[in-house]
Formats: sequence, structure tokens, C-alpha cells
Amino acid sequence: MSVLELHSVSKVYGQGAAEVHALCEVSVSVDAGVMVAVMGASGSGKSTLLTIAGSLDDPTSGYVIVAGEQLAALSRNARAKLRRRSIGYVFQDYNLLAGLTAVENVALPLELDGVAARKAQATGLQTLDELGLGDRASSYPDQLSGGERQRVAIARAVVGDRRLLLADEPSGALDSASGEAVMRMMRTACRRGVAAVVVTHDAQLASWADRVVFLRDGQVIDQTAPPPSPESLLDAAPQPSPRS
Amino acid sequence: MSVRHALLALLSEGPKYGLQLRQEFEARTGEVWPLNVGQVYTTLQRLERDGFVASDGTADEGAQKNYQITAEGATELAQWLRTPPDLSSPPRDELVVKVLVALRVPGVDVHDVIQVHRRYLVELMQQWTRLKEDAARFDLTFALVVDAELFRLDSVIRWLDAADGRLKRAAIEPVPAPEFPMPKVRRRVGVQR
Repeated sequence: MSVLELHSVSKVYGQGAAEVHALCEVSVSVDAGVMVAVMGASGSGKSTLLTIAGSLDDPTSGYVIVAGEQLAALSRNARAKLRRRSIGYVFQDYNLLAGLTAVENVALPLELDGVAARKAQATGLQTLDELGLGDRASSYPDQLSGGERQRVAIARAVVGDRRLLLADEPSGALDSASGEAVMRMMRTACRRGVAAVVVTHDAQLASWADRVVFLRDGQVIDQTAPPPSPESLLDAAPQPSPRS
Repeated sequence: MSVRHALLALLSEGPKYGLQLRQEFEARTGEVWPLNVGQVYTTLQRLERDGFVASDGTADEGAQKNYQITAEGATELAQWLRTPPDLSSPPRDELVVKVLVALRVPGVDVHDVIQVHRRYLVELMQQWTRLKEDAARFDLTFALVVDAELFRLDSVIRWLDAADGRLKRAAIEPVPAPEFPMPKVRRRVGVQR
């Protein structure tokens, strides 16, 4: 079942001679449990796609459906509620609140949505546990490494019943080991049923996705085929020298 | 390096003589791949035998023959441009040649050729990453091998991205002609291969 559907979405900024077509007739759908990466160069429309998918901006034409709700048909309040309850955002610079512990940061979206503090914290702790970060629940952001901060941000993005995770270069500021830990965690979130969209220019990051969509000048120009069994690679894998 | 396909690419622009093909081949490849005239004629004979080029059969022996690409030759060239190279050996040289050739073949969009190879490489990386996700946490040696493959493939994609960007910029602001002779290092780089 699709959690996110973009139908012929276009976005135009400016008017007349200054008109910029950031997105042109983009159609993408993402099912529950699936991670889709959107790859493209700077200015290809990746971030615009993410802000429209996350209901942070409106398309000029076309329409978006999130968790079965067509965004354009919702009132402003209903859209805000959908954003709070169904969509999680992850940015390159974490955006954790420095004065709150990891579990308080993760519980915050639930509390803002009216869940009692004690229950929100219990749910936050459960999410951290499920994603392998339970032992860092009482740490403040400045006591965490960059990779751990980003993993807390992912836990915050998927806490509760959030079904759509939108990430903009989530491992862009991290070394390769921390970046891998972040992507493993996003895969774990997908196995729990979350649909994820990751925009990036980094092929290593994109390769964690089930499907990679390529954007150029605001248009979807290509996408990867479903991968064959990875075991087929093993026969061709280079073997380490026995003397090394 | 496929001399066969480079010659087909040159002939896709129109009929040419053997000597002319040799000169244009060296000029088009930045003079990094020297080619002797014997190689050119041997390759042309094989291409003609395979039906990929035709010559004007009326020329007297010893006189220069004029060669032209056939429909089969054009199909062969189009397929070669889009066939991913064997990545079990160092791939970059063959990719570089394909991009250089794609620039010159009429009717071929070099950005589309680049994307065909980019997608293929990303699909390979997805398979390696899935292996790493499933098994490499428990096997350090295997994780190192998978990382090596991922970084190697990533570096090729980065080159494709850079080439894509450079070609887009060049289409907007054409590269000016050099005001002085190009350094000899370009020729030496080719000879070492």
C-alpha cells in the first residue's frame, strides 16, 4: 500500500522571465516498508520534491497523497495534524533541542500532539530501544557523537505511528562508519513498516534504498530496476590475497 | 579500447578514407592513443567482412578506398555505447572512451549515455550494500571487500557526475580554443596504458 503518492507534480517559482521550473510532472509512489532514494545534482529539484512530499510547500500543479489523504483537500489545521502524526523529517544538521535528553527529544512530537508526558516518554524510550539506542536515552545532544545525534533524530522522526520518513542528505556530515549506522537504522525503521524517501547526491547513501529515482532539471529521467539476488555478485567478488 | 567502434563512430559522420580515419582518431582522442595505419586497414577489412562498413569497390588496387558505415554498423555502434563494461577489470578507461565517442556520434545524447552507465553502477552498488547489510556485520574480511567494491564503484559514478556537469557547463559556455600548444603530458599518459 502506498504511503506517499506524487501525481504529475510540478512546481514553478517566480514569474515571467524569472520563472524557474523546479519540478516538472513528477510522479513517484512509495509503499510502506520501502525506502526510495532520489538522486540528482544540485538544482535538480530534490529538496523541492521533499518539501512538497512533506506538505511544507504546495505544488503549482498535480497532487500529493500522504497516508491516504490528498493534501490539497485538507484544511490548514488538518494538514498540520497530518504532519505531526504521520510524517517525520530528518535533516543533515540533526535539529535536536540542546536542553532536552535524547528520549525527551524523541518524545517531543508526541507531547506536542497532546500525548501525556509520561506516556510520550515511554513510547520514546521504546522507539530508541527498537532502533538500538536505548542506552543513550538519558544523554544530552552534546554528549552524543554526530552519528548518534542523527540516529536520535531518526528515532524522533518515526516515533509513534509516523508512516512517512523524509530525509535530506541524512549522512552528509558524517564519516562513513557513522553514515552506515544511520542508514542501517533507516532500514530498520522501514522494516517496522515506515515508508522512507531519502534525497541525496551520494551514491553510497542511495545504494541503501530499495529503489533509486534519478532527477535531472526537475524531471524524473530514470530509476533502478528491482535488484537481482545479491548472491550473484559473490562469484565475481575480488578475494583478499592470502599473504596480506 | 575498441578501435573497431571508434572507427565506426568516425564513419557515422560520413564516408572517409583510411588515412583520414587514422588522423581523426588520434585528434579526437586527445592524441593519447597512437594508432598505426596498418591497424586501421586491418580493422576496416574485418568491419567490412562483418558487414558493418562498405567500401567503394571500384577503386583500383593501391588507390585509397572510401569507407562508409552500414545500417548494421550503426546498430552495432549504438549497442556498444550502451553496453556496460566488464567491471571485474578496471572500468574507467572504457567508460571514458564511451563518453568521448558519444560526444561525436550524431543523434546520440551524451547525457543519456552517461545516465545508462550511472544507473547500472548504482544498481551494482545496491546489490553490494544489500550483501553488507545482511552479512558483513559478522565477517570483517567480507565487509572490507564489500567496502572496496562500493568505493570503487562510487568513484566511477563521481566521475560520471563530474563529466555530466562539465558537459552541461560547456554547452552553455563553450570551452575556448587554447592560445598555446597543449602540453606533451597528454600523449605520454596514453602511451603508458
